[in-house]
Amino acid sequence: MSNESLYQEIILDHYRNPHHAGLRDPYDIEVHHVNPTCGDEVTLRVQVAGGVVQDVSYDGVGCSISQASTSVMTDLVIGRGVEQAMQTSEAFLALMQSRGQLEPDEDVLEDGIAFAGVSRYPARVKCALLGWMAWKDATAQAVAVSEQGAS
Amino acid sequence: MTAVLPDLASYDVDAVRADFPILGREVFGRPLVYLDNASSSQKPRQVLDAERSFVEQHYSNVHRGVHTLSQEATDAYESARSTVAAFLGARREEVVFTKNATEAYNLVAHSFGNAPVGSPFHLGPGDEVCVTEMEHHSNLVPWQMLCERTGATLRWLPLTDDGRLDLTDLDTLVNERTRILAFVHISNILGTANPVDVLVARAREVGAFTLLDGAQSAPHQDVDVTALGVDFFALTGHKMLAPSGIGVLWGRKELLDAMPPFMGGGSMIEVVQMSGSTYAPAPERFEAGTPVISQAVALAAACDYLSAVGLDRIAAHERALTAQLLDGISSLSGVRVIGPDTIEMRGAAVSFAIDDVHPHDVGQSLDELGIAVRVGHHCAFPVCRRYGVAATTRASSYLYNTTAEIDVLLEGIATVQRFWRR
Repeated sequence: MSNESLYQEIILDHYRNPHHAGLRDPYDIEVHHVNPTCGDEVTLRVQVAGGVVQDVSYDGVGCSISQASTSVMTDLVIGRGVEQAMQTSEAFLALMQSRGQLEPDEDVLEDGIAFAGVSRYPARVKCALLGWMAWKDATAQAVAVSEQGAS
Repeated sequence: MTAVLPDLASYDVDAVRADFPILGREVFGRPLVYLDNASSSQKPRQVLDAERSFVEQHYSNVHRGVHTLSQEATDAYESARSTVAAFLGARREEVVFTKNATEAYNLVAHSFGNAPVGSPFHLGPGDEVCVTEMEHHSNLVPWQMLCERTGATLRWLPLTDDGRLDLTDLDTLVNERTRILAFVHISNILGTANPVDVLVARAREVGAFTLLDGAQSAPHQDVDVTALGVDFFALTGHKMLAPSGIGVLWGRKELLDAMPPFMGGGSMIEVVQMSGSTYAPAPERFEAGTPVISQAVALAAACDYLSAVGLDRIAAHERALTAQLLDGISSLSGVRVIGPDTIEMRGAAVSFAIDDVHPHDVGQSLDELGIAVRVGHHCAFPVCRRYGVAATTRASSYLYNTTAEIDVLLEGIATVQRFWRR
């Protein structure tokens, strides 16, 4: 099969052996996101402390692209400052919206660069963003809660 | 009585294919194998030519003027209505042109919702609407919304494990409180053909109106709405060789004439005063505003095309392809059909699941082989939940598909399995 441009080996590796999979305690916020066009869904938990993403855990059903992308995302945000992780998230979003016109920065996106080809398949971009959007939502909520607690 | 079976050997699929320019194209360097017909069909030259010729030679608004083009356009539009009526075994005044089947269901639901207390169409708390668990969202969500607006209760006939309607509790679920029984003729996701006669008989016993979703039946088999015995029937043009933007609601004349309008505007009125208006009889009552004119002309051309090839012959051809596909899938390990796995009482849409490969990945991989199938929940979320899958892959053939294409699909499925299992 010549799906090489879409199904990079990195993507297949993450799909077969997803990192940080499963739902774990403790966590601050749990969210549930769905992709209404295909029925894929993810339940995702985030724990934030001291401005740092302490843990991200998840469970879901989805295609190789959505599962692998969520796995890569956890590698890129766990242990990072919320601000830096949000910037990474923006960089990944920009790559996904680039229609194959953007050269990804490996220093920022690491394994995420394997998804550059996905941006040429508009029908699959939402798959690649499912876990990222869930993480962004949960983290924003976790930060808001912790700020409320601090004030 | 001996049934007269169409002579399949004489079905010239190559001649049919020659009428569809798009079937000559390639995808990723391979011949296109278009098996997404339950989603939307391709269009033959005859339909494209009819629409183009109408627009180039006769186009104008309809029902509006006295000039020549206005008269010609009106004649073409009304002639299209007659053609569609004949195609369905109906009277022309019973054919309402809509945007699609979805609009047809919404039309009926909103009209009923607009009916005042005392009207035979009025619904309120204590009344019930019954659907089935295999409805396309288009014949489910409008009824959910109607129930929300009126306080009526929605009930549904459940499904059996093999993809059929479970009619065990039919007499309970369709009862004296049921006002409407809305159900699908042939399921777009399972392929199941439902026993219309059984359901209509029960609805008549309790005095409920019946609405049949014909989006997946009218393109593929001879439909006679009078013989079916239902009160309402709907189809959509784009699944039956016509352009998108044109659909049909058929309803019994005496019902349509008595039902409150759905949308208000030009064409649907009788007398308009500042204080209020009276409404035209059907079908104009339900065609507010400038209608979809050239698309209606194209739909009539599509009906003519299907009739010329012969719906019995088309049905027999598709039946052979569906049997070939079901047989082929049954010989593959790790692939299961979601829905009836035999040819009895079913249409040409075949949903299946491949173990450990998500339908999105199946569809993408098949695309690289030139094969177009649909993946997802097919606007039938509850069906996916019922069978424990997030989504399915669906192959659906039509009059121009070939046995060789079904072989390509079956080989493609095996290739997908090898790629994703390595």
